[in-house]
Amino acid sequence: MSTDIGTEAPTFTLSDTDGTEHGVGGSEYARATLVVFTCNHCPYALAWHDRIAAVAEDYPDVKVLAVSSNDAERYPRDSYDAMRERVAADGGWPMPYLYDESQEVARAYDAKTTPDCFLIDAEGRIVYRGAPDADYQDPSLKAVWLRGAIDAVLAGTVPEPAETKPVGCSIKWKQ
Amino acid sequence: MTQPQVELLFWDGCPSHPQALDELRAAMSELGLDPDQVLVREVDTERLADRERFVGSPTIRIDGADVQDPGDEPAALTCRVYHRRDGRVSPVPDPADVRDALRNAMTTRSHQ
Repeated sequence: MSTDIGTEAPTFTLSDTDGTEHGVGGSEYARATLVVFTCNHCPYALAWHDRIAAVAEDYPDVKVLAVSSNDAERYPRDSYDAMRERVAADGGWPMPYLYDESQEVARAYDAKTTPDCFLIDAEGRIVYRGAPDADYQDPSLKAVWLRGAIDAVLAGTVPEPAETKPVGCSIKWKQ
Repeated sequence: MTQPQVELLFWDGCPSHPQALDELRAAMSELGLDPDQVLVREVDTERLADRERFVGSPTIRIDGADVQDPGDEPAALTCRVYHRRDGRVSPVPDPADVRDALRNAMTTRSHQ
């Protein structure tokens, strides 16, 4: 399946750290849905995490889904138990943290790195793909690419840029 | 004074080593060391990671000592998590930690 800009986003349902199911697709889409492939062990994902969580807090009408897809056998810090422990230690997250144990969702989206972000419009089309902003080291950037893309979708316009290079640790595929 | 032995070990699955190498070489130049003397080695198998006690990419060792204590981290082909002095998480060590490690090694050697 293609995940080029403008194509239909792959649908999925996954369980979060409480066992509640969330996903993309179904009878209707949110005005905007943000799917972020992330994980526990990657320093890039950790460095960007607070900025992505702030987006979830600042845009309550946007459905934000964090997805962990790494092979937990080789990377035990990305196990379901470790995900649950992290969310609990943080006192909860403003977005569900979903476990993609089979890695099918990451494969369907052709996710490359953690983080790798996909913004989906109300018609279920991918309208932005890439990094949260230009520099994982600079919290002052506040995930400006994501915020700009969300603002564009909510205003009914096209995000600019619509695509940036995802930066981070490679997804750890099962061997 | 002889120059400390400076090693940078990396795994190609993590994109941070070019930045780490640039910052390491800059720190060496700043301290009057030859930046071309860094021994850069790739760790590309889990067996080699175990043998090298490689806890993630990049790992910088100066006269065998890690610039940031890896603690009880297991050996793995992964990106290494560093903590900067201001508390931020980073895929590369704080340049100030690298400079301090180089200075310590230079001081130790000057007393030998």
